[in-house]
Amino acid sequence: MQCCAFVLQLYYQVLNFGMIVSSALMIWKGLMVVTGSESPIVVVLSGSMEPAFHRGDLLFLTNRVEDPIRVGEIVVFRIEGREIPIVHRVLKIHEKENGDIKFLTKGDNNAVDDRGLYKQGQHWLEKKDVVGRARGFVPYIGIVTILMNDYPKFKYAVLFMLGLFVLVHRE
Amino acid sequence: MNTVLSRANSLFAFSLSVMAALTFGCFVTTAFKDRRVPVDIHVSRVMLKNVDDFTGPRERSALGFVTFDLSADILAFFDWNVKQLFIYLSAEYTTRSNALNQVVLWDKIVLRGESTKLNLRDMKSKYFFFDDGNGLRANKNITLTLSWNVVPNAGILPLVAGSGHVSLPFPDMYESTKSY
Repeated sequence: MQCCAFVLQLYYQVLNFGMIVSSALMIWKGLMVVTGSESPIVVVLSGSMEPAFHRGDLLFLTNRVEDPIRVGEIVVFRIEGREIPIVHRVLKIHEKENGDIKFLTKGDNNAVDDRGLYKQGQHWLEKKDVVGRARGFVPYIGIVTILMNDYPKFKYAVLFMLGLFVLVHRE
Repeated sequence: MNTVLSRANSLFAFSLSVMAALTFGCFVTTAFKDRRVPVDIHVSRVMLKNVDDFTGPRERSALGFVTFDLSADILAFFDWNVKQLFIYLSAEYTTRSNALNQVVLWDKIVLRGESTKLNLRDMKSKYFFFDDGNGLRANKNITLTLSWNVVPNAGILPLVAGSGHVSLPFPDMYESTKSY
């Protein structure tokens, strides 16, 4: 009976863990639907928007179609072919009657606009490059993500400690 | 509660929850605030040229020059949850090729604690006012608006437009003078 009780407890813990992971996933996917953005929460990675945003700040994004892109908004975009999202402000927009829009961005802390960052020959960004518009902001919380990216040993140490904790903690 | 480690642990957890509650409080108390402020904009000089757009696509486009005066009192904006204001003057107009164009002419960052009275005279635009094409000539209606992006300590990032805006027409002829 001892081994039965042990197996049951292990089973229960695995299920518990699975519940936590799937609830987190559901919340994340739900956020993606509600905000219309493929990445509704991003961490600021560079200092090009100081003093407004520093590395490690968290941004909440929306990307709803009925919210048109206008100057002054803070957009998070990806340049075609590159993975890293960039957080900058819209400087110029030209929109056609059918809704096609092309726009230019610039970081607050940069002296020049972003044309140097875009692809070779690309002068404007389009709606498809946008991940979302920043609507809300919480400072410092994202520092953990940056630490984990910059120091992979830290990431493994945290994962190891978490695993150890889950195994040892029997309640 | 009798080892240093468990005390430190509960202290840490408590301070984290207090900080989270404070942050949430900051957000909730200023989320629905009406942030409009009257603004006075006056344009003293407008000029138009037609040159190759050297900032980007190298086509011959209209380049506008606007000299303006600006005054506003933004003290009302700063409350406990405002870290800085990003103020920008934008020009909005319609052309034959584009239904809506918006160009930021000038911007400024005002941090918490800095002087809150804006009183600028004879300011030249900070950024080149290039049109996408040649739609500025004889354009009757270019609207200049002062807007601001409120960056909070934590919470919503609203974009507010000032209540005074100026409409001005652009001249019918391009100028070829070297100076501005």
